[in-house]
Amino acid sequence: MSSQPKSKMDRRRFLQDAARAAAGCTLGGLVLAKLATDAKALPAQALRPPGALPEDDFLAACIRCGLCVRDCPYDTLVLAELGADGAATGTPFFTARDVPCEMCDDIPCVAACPTGALDKGLTDIDDARMGLAVLIDEEKCLNALGLRCDVCYRVCPVIDEAITLEQRHNTRSGHHAIFMPTVHSDACTGCGKCEKSCVLPGEAAIKVLPRHIAMAEAADHYKLGWENPDPLVDDLIDLPDRLPGPGTDNLAAPGGYEFEPAFKLPGGAGQ
Amino acid sequence: MSRKADIPVGHDAIAEKGWLSAHKYLLLRRFSQAFFLAIFLLGPWFGIWWVKGNLSGSLTFGVLPLTDPFILIQSIVAGHWPETTALIGAVIVAAAYALIGGRVYCSWVCPINPVTDGAHWLHEKLGMPKGWQPKANTRYWVLAMVLAVSVLGGVIAWELVNPISMLHRGLIFGMGFAWAFVLAVFVFDFAVARRGWCGHLCPVGAFYGLLGTKSLLRVSAVDRAACDDCMDCFAVCPEMHVITPALRGRDEDTPLILSPDCTNCGRCIDVCAPQVFRFTHRFDDSPAPARPEREKNTPSTKASRAA
Repeated sequence: MSSQPKSKMDRRRFLQDAARAAAGCTLGGLVLAKLATDAKALPAQALRPPGALPEDDFLAACIRCGLCVRDCPYDTLVLAELGADGAATGTPFFTARDVPCEMCDDIPCVAACPTGALDKGLTDIDDARMGLAVLIDEEKCLNALGLRCDVCYRVCPVIDEAITLEQRHNTRSGHHAIFMPTVHSDACTGCGKCEKSCVLPGEAAIKVLPRHIAMAEAADHYKLGWENPDPLVDDLIDLPDRLPGPGTDNLAAPGGYEFEPAFKLPGGAGQ
Repeated sequence: MSRKADIPVGHDAIAEKGWLSAHKYLLLRRFSQAFFLAIFLLGPWFGIWWVKGNLSGSLTFGVLPLTDPFILIQSIVAGHWPETTALIGAVIVAAAYALIGGRVYCSWVCPINPVTDGAHWLHEKLGMPKGWQPKANTRYWVLAMVLAVSVLGGVIAWELVNPISMLHRGLIFGMGFAWAFVLAVFVFDFAVARRGWCGHLCPVGAFYGLLGTKSLLRVSAVDRAACDDCMDCFAVCPEMHVITPALRGRDEDTPLILSPDCTNCGRCIDVCAPQVFRFTHRFDDSPAPARPEREKNTPSTKASRAA
């Protein structure tokens, strides 16, 4: 008899406490979830170590122990400090302009990672894709101005594959060449040595950016004829070419005088 | 107000056993906390790399991996299956704490413990009110919330705000603005809720508590018959609710403190003049008669309490 009201009170109390705790935790959870989504926005110039999983997966995998930082022989990697670096607090990253990745053959940072946040599947450092170098300021790049700097090209660990110098005519002088540093995404590891060595003071003209920022999405619906010689449609209908000239309906040029084609197609095509 | 309430906690124990003996476990605990911090700092400060990493994950002598099992569980529920190294490290840590008591981590290792103890010391020194007291089981709600955010957000959620790893990592690798989180815990415990953080909210403590539910190492109120109601053990215990069932139990009740909330800090052993408490194991069944029935005190009236 006496237990009946008591248990009722207990139930009411339990429900109240549970509701209060659930509400509090929902609020706390929302704050935490907001922090979690913020953490995924990695600053563009904070590069993850070689083998790092995509940022979303990385934040589920990295326990922030700093073992990769300790085993990096060049002190390239640092752990992000709250408020100072922008990367999720305690996660490893490097800034190419400060200390680039030296691309060790044995990849000690990956070997040190206990969780696989740095993927053990990466065994050849040339397969690393830490980012992609982009010649981001052609107005300041000395080579692009027609001078011969070439430093980014020469320090590149995968020289002539990741960066090539493409010769083009220098229209300013009329009789010189421009050796345009050109990055190839299939070979660039994103180590950042080009950015580090760029001779410009302060910001570099070539920067390593995360691949999702540096690369456009391929327009797969366009067919590149030099890669795919097969015609898009079998038996393409060949309509007659219409050129200005006698026998067509656009003989009269503006102004009313007879239009004389600048050149004649061989065999009189277009008639 | 009883005469004894004015006497500093542990006064009788110091008189009875000497200062050193009355601070034995406190000193050992501070030494242990300093030791676990120091071995992580040997490398960065002196170039002696016996231990690399931090409390989240470490490598000792190049062979022994240790991983925080709570962080690894968040990682797994967030959708990442870790490498074997981390799994082995977590199993070793979990097994050790399951044996010696999960919350031994809290009182003997965690770098936030000196912070909250400091806050409590100042709190007592200034005679602050105990303040808002969230329920002790709030920590399990926080624990559930952390796991939920880890699942839904696909991140190791608690590491975004965990003051423990922020302080530990900060001391070893560089702090940045993370000291603010540590200061927040101090201020919370000092001004908002007495013993509020470790005892009511911290999900790491909740996790380690659950981990050590069946642990071997236990404090026992084995000589509870000798208790003279000085209340010093309740005054020093950061989780005072764990004492009552053991100390006030009847003859047939176990004198073992079996609550997973007990941090095995040993302060109750220190401050007890009649030496009621001691460390033992959970299968210790040495007889522990209860205190003889006491004559009921007449409940103090409001007037006498005010006097």
